[in-house]
Amino acid sequence: MKFELPQLPYAKNALEPIISEKTLEFHYGKHHQAYVTNLNNLIPGTQFENADLETIIKESDGGIFNNAAQVWNHTFYFEQFSPNGDNEPTGALLDAINESFGSFDVFKSTFVTAGVTTFGSGWAWLVKNAQGKLEIVKESNAGNPMTKGLIPIFTFDVWEHAYYLDYQNRRPDHLAELWKIVDWKIVEKRF
Amino acid sequence: MKTLRIPRLSVWLLFFVIATNSMAQATFSLPKLPYANNALEPVISEQTMNLHYGKHLQGYITNLNKLIVGTAFEQADLISIVKQSDGAIFNNAGQTLNHNLYFLQFSATPKLVPTGVLFDRIIQQWGNFDSFKMEFENAGMGVFGSGWVWLAKTDNGELRIVKELNAGNPVTKNMEPLLGVDVWEHAYYLDYQNVRAKHLSELWKIIDWNVIEQRYGE
Repeated sequence: MKFELPQLPYAKNALEPIISEKTLEFHYGKHHQAYVTNLNNLIPGTQFENADLETIIKESDGGIFNNAAQVWNHTFYFEQFSPNGDNEPTGALLDAINESFGSFDVFKSTFVTAGVTTFGSGWAWLVKNAQGKLEIVKESNAGNPMTKGLIPIFTFDVWEHAYYLDYQNRRPDHLAELWKIVDWKIVEKRF
Repeated sequence: MKTLRIPRLSVWLLFFVIATNSMAQATFSLPKLPYANNALEPVISEQTMNLHYGKHLQGYITNLNKLIVGTAFEQADLISIVKQSDGAIFNNAGQTLNHNLYFLQFSATPKLVPTGVLFDRIIQQWGNFDSFKMEFENAGMGVFGSGWVWLAKTDNGELRIVKELNAGNPVTKNMEPLLGVDVWEHAYYLDYQNVRAKHLSELWKIIDWNVIEQRYGE
């Protein structure tokens, strides 16, 4: 199976000034593309040659895991943004957020703290557990909570390449700004 | 006169107490660099130096000084902390040590090729200096995510290329760090963006082998 870079559902300058066009050119056009290319180069002749992406993530390790998970993580990350974001969750997702965290504001600050305290490269995740409850999970490097039986709902990338051109060392500022482009209609569908 | 002497003595005592307290309190500080922040251009830009040295390293040092208060590491030296701690103290102590070694190994007028015992050891283990450099760069490319690649010295003087994640330093494996290259994206993203390989191959132009030879113990 040959993996391909998915189309972005918006123009590369559409998320400015929260995420610059230059950052998207690198983050999507170079990093995400490289993970796709590397994965396609790594799987021929292995048991994963015809596997779907989630199976590869759950069953592989080393270079294949790193590249497969980063392909999935970035696709999931980019598709949750919209220039018409800045809305708030409603319905069942809002109820679940209130139940697990008390309020949307508490959830947001807890989520940002998880992102800020991920040491090194990684991801902060909002996940649904086996009981249908929401949790926040920190993962290093290419980590994805599906390997722990959790369902990913929403994520922030805290690799420095996600924000260094726009925010340099100020990761907390980057994460605080990201809420302005999150499209909760897309996140609700995942829940 | 007698009534004046007593307050003067107590003032001196107060100074003494303050002075000994501040000496007993081990606090780490940003090392002075032997070059200007723009001296390593174009290999490392002034903007990267301002952030990497002035913000990231300063941040690790500030965090470390706050974290060790009231712990077993309050009076410890940096290498002891790196060897014995974990969690946030390890992360900030490791990054303080790593960045100190990193920034102090560069020069605008470096000795570009080692000589003497260190050079002989490199030739013995890698055949030639270019093969060593290539293996070192490949190790740096092979670190997934944030971390470091090190040239380190073992107990018996042998050299090892060691990959470490995040704040890792080979002192935790009883090896002495000689040369450290930072592959956290903050080290190169403003200047090289995603092209880590280019950053690694350019760095040889500013690595001062005088410093590495001194660390090896010549």
